[in-house]
Amino acid sequence: MKLNISQEQANACRQIAKEVALEIQRDIAPLSTVSVERAILRLLGIEGEKEKIPYVNILVDNLKEQKALEEGVLYWIANACLNTGLSPQDVALKVVSGSFNPVHLSRKSFQEVKNKAEELATESLSRLYKKKKAREALKQSFPPSLPPLLYVIVATGNIYDDIAQAKTAAEQGADCVAVIRSTAQSLLDYIPEGITTEGFGGTFATQANYRLMRQALDEVAQKVSRYIYQVNYCSGLCMAEIAVLAILEGLDIMVNDAFYGILFRDLNMYRTMVDQHFSRYLLGLFDIIITTGEDNLIKTVDAFKEYSIVLVSQFINEQLAQQAGMKKELIGLGHAAELDPKIPDSLLWELTQAQLVRQLFPRSPVKFMPPTRYKTGNIFFAHALDTIFNLVAVWTDQRIVLLGMPTEALHTPYVQDRFLSLESALHIRNASRSFSRELQFIRNGQADKRACELLTQAMETLIKIREAGIWNALSRGVFSQIKREKRGGRGYEGVFKKGKFYLNPFLDKKIVMQARRRAV
Amino acid sequence: MNIGEVRPYGDRMNDGAIQISFSLPVPVSARSIEAVKLIAARMGMNNIRLVHAQDMGNNFSFYILYGAINISVDLQAIHVPEVELQLFDFWEINDLIRREFERKVVVIGATIGVDAHTVGLDAIISAKGFGGESGLERYPQFEVFNLGAQVPPELVVEYSKKIHADVVLVSQVVTQRNVHLFNLSLLAELLEAEKLRDKLILICGGPYINAQVALETGFDAGFGPGTTPLQVASFIVHELMKRKMRKK
Ligand code: B12
Repeated sequence: MKLNISQEQANACRQIAKEVALEIQRDIAPLSTVSVERAILRLLGIEGEKEKIPYVNILVDNLKEQKALEEGVLYWIANACLNTGLSPQDVALKVVSGSFNPVHLSRKSFQEVKNKAEELATESLSRLYKKKKAREALKQSFPPSLPPLLYVIVATGNIYDDIAQAKTAAEQGADCVAVIRSTAQSLLDYIPEGITTEGFGGTFATQANYRLMRQALDEVAQKVSRYIYQVNYCSGLCMAEIAVLAILEGLDIMVNDAFYGILFRDLNMYRTMVDQHFSRYLLGLFDIIITTGEDNLIKTVDAFKEYSIVLVSQFINEQLAQQAGMKKELIGLGHAAELDPKIPDSLLWELTQAQLVRQLFPRSPVKFMPPTRYKTGNIFFAHALDTIFNLVAVWTDQRIVLLGMPTEALHTPYVQDRFLSLESALHIRNASRSFSRELQFIRNGQADKRACELLTQAMETLIKIREAGIWNALSRGVFSQIKREKRGGRGYEGVFKKGKFYLNPFLDKKIVMQARRRAV
Repeated sequence: MNIGEVRPYGDRMNDGAIQISFSLPVPVSARSIEAVKLIAARMGMNNIRLVHAQDMGNNFSFYILYGAINISVDLQAIHVPEVELQLFDFWEINDLIRREFERKVVVIGATIGVDAHTVGLDAIISAKGFGGESGLERYPQFEVFNLGAQVPPELVVEYSKKIHADVVLVSQVVTQRNVHLFNLSLLAELLEAEKLRDKLILICGGPYINAQVALETGFDAGFGPGTTPLQVASFIVHELMKRKMRKK
């Protein structure tokens, strides 16, 4: 099934988006953030907390207070390792306990520090690559999953209940399980530690929770003879750090959008762009799929009239991820229709838009998201809407489908809600598996027309963004009429300009290659 | 139809037919099926028909039942806290405020706590409105300040003081672990402590808000799903007039 759209226009959109992404890249290249620095510390294996504050925060704040953060944490850690012969974790312990001040140690020559930093980075990466190999082997021990992957969420607030729900979902046929994060975790400038059993509208993302869920999903995978993908959210003020946790604990898919934090959590735009870049770079190294959140762009505006903003954001998200080194197969662009079911032909438009996205991004593991806005307490009608949504998803050959819930308007899902939802999706996946190859749009019919219009609108907006410059465009409210100030929003104070001795060998291709080789 | 004796209806008057579904944390077995019927019987169902029993995996099971209940209710004897609100129209509201109040009514709107949902609040206050009706911003006699989402209750208090608000509109959508009750009560208490509570009309709204919630948390009114701006504006005017009368 194909829509008759202009390939040249699609290419032009990509080209403009690339220029926009390059502008972003140019402006953020000289910058780092506190959360990027904390991510680097976590990569070095530093963990632990003191009085509920993670060591990585204590270290970064300590350097920041001493106005020494410009050189980056790695510079000071490597210098301290050289001086004391300790490991990074032991250096951290000493600094936290006040045994020594890293800034007061004698400063070794820059070359020596650099060599040490590279050595530390290589060690850490090769350790992580070994872990990745083991996970790949596990994945390959199962038959490949059927497309589309069926993705469900659990969100009880208690990781143990989440695990019970996740295992049940896997037994019911789910391929991917996402644990929704507790409300407002994205606004915390640190990652909470430990196993958690209280959360609002979701469960805290902590390393310990990740680990428990990973074990549970690997266990149930054996039982159902299917690999179960673990999903979480790499967004908010700790975007880069969360990426490291995902790598450490073997997650498979991370929700990661370049604009979401800016638009929907009022995070500072520079902070977010720097963080998304490093987080995507790391996720890309370890073949973790990202999925973007374009569904949110049409949750509060007229979803029919404003749909083209979804495409605009996808084009830019794709380019930004590619500039962070990700290959297209890892960039799961998100989309949804969220159309008012009362609109005449709403199903035709839903089908058209879903196909358009699939066609514009053929190598992307696109993630299609269900209707939510027009669901009410009528759970039976909601279930009907979801079944039709599942049909559109399979028909247009989506890669990942987030299943809708009959109780979307009420609460985070009960065990039977997910069960009914999966039952519908499994039925549709089986019953309409060949639709995409057997059925065709009428040439130049209504669907073709809508697709062309949408692509044209997307191109016009992209041109506007390029002309204004992305930062201005964001302050003028190009995305869903949400306006953000360049220096406004949360987390701006955590952005800093890299100094002349700034070091981050994790970004060095040579180091990555070396680590990879060492892991074999 | 005898409204003194209303019963659930399936396909025959007074058949009392109902349907329920739920899960048990055990697999389906002859015993679990009996257990389900027992639960239904203890709920007062008779003619119980278990029409579906299915394992959901991981030792959970799902059941659908039909049956009848022998309960009837007298509609006339039911009293609900919600008073029937007499609706004014756009012009009446502006006229009444102009006449009775002699200045603009200052309104603050916010979604408080860590709740980030703004669509419901915007439906009531933004000019664009809801269901074809304009929001409060369109009314020349309302002066509206929309503080947006994720506003700490303390900030609402501070702002109310600063701009001498007459009305505070608060939205709460996230209700897990009753976080909405906590937030709403907190705001009411803070306003009380600042001696602002009596000067204000305090209104909450959201999909799981109702008059009962308002009562419990110390608000003057609570509006639920499908609320329109006109209902809220009308309530405000009624309340203003009531308070004026009381003063006299
Ligand atoms: C859109 C949406 C979002 C958008 C919000 C965008 C925005 N700017 O508002 C986004 C994607 C950001 C979002 C995020 C989340 N959401 Co949400 N979201 C929804 C959704 C799909 C629709 C809500 C909506 O816009 N309804 C339309 C409006 C017009 O209806 P309304 O709010 O009821 O408003 C009417 C009345 O209630 C009343 N009213 C409302 N407020 C007020 C105020 C006053 C003063 C008055 C008088 C009247 C009034 O008047 C309005 C007009 O009639 C619902 C599901 C659903 N279908 O309901 C979930 C839902 C509300 N979300 C939910 C959750 C859990 C979340 C998250 C916490 C998930 C997470 N863990 O990350 C996050 C929230 C993060 C945070 N910090 O709050 C849950 C809430 C469950 C619960 N009972 O607690 C729901 C029910 C989904 C679910 N089943 O899980 N969400």
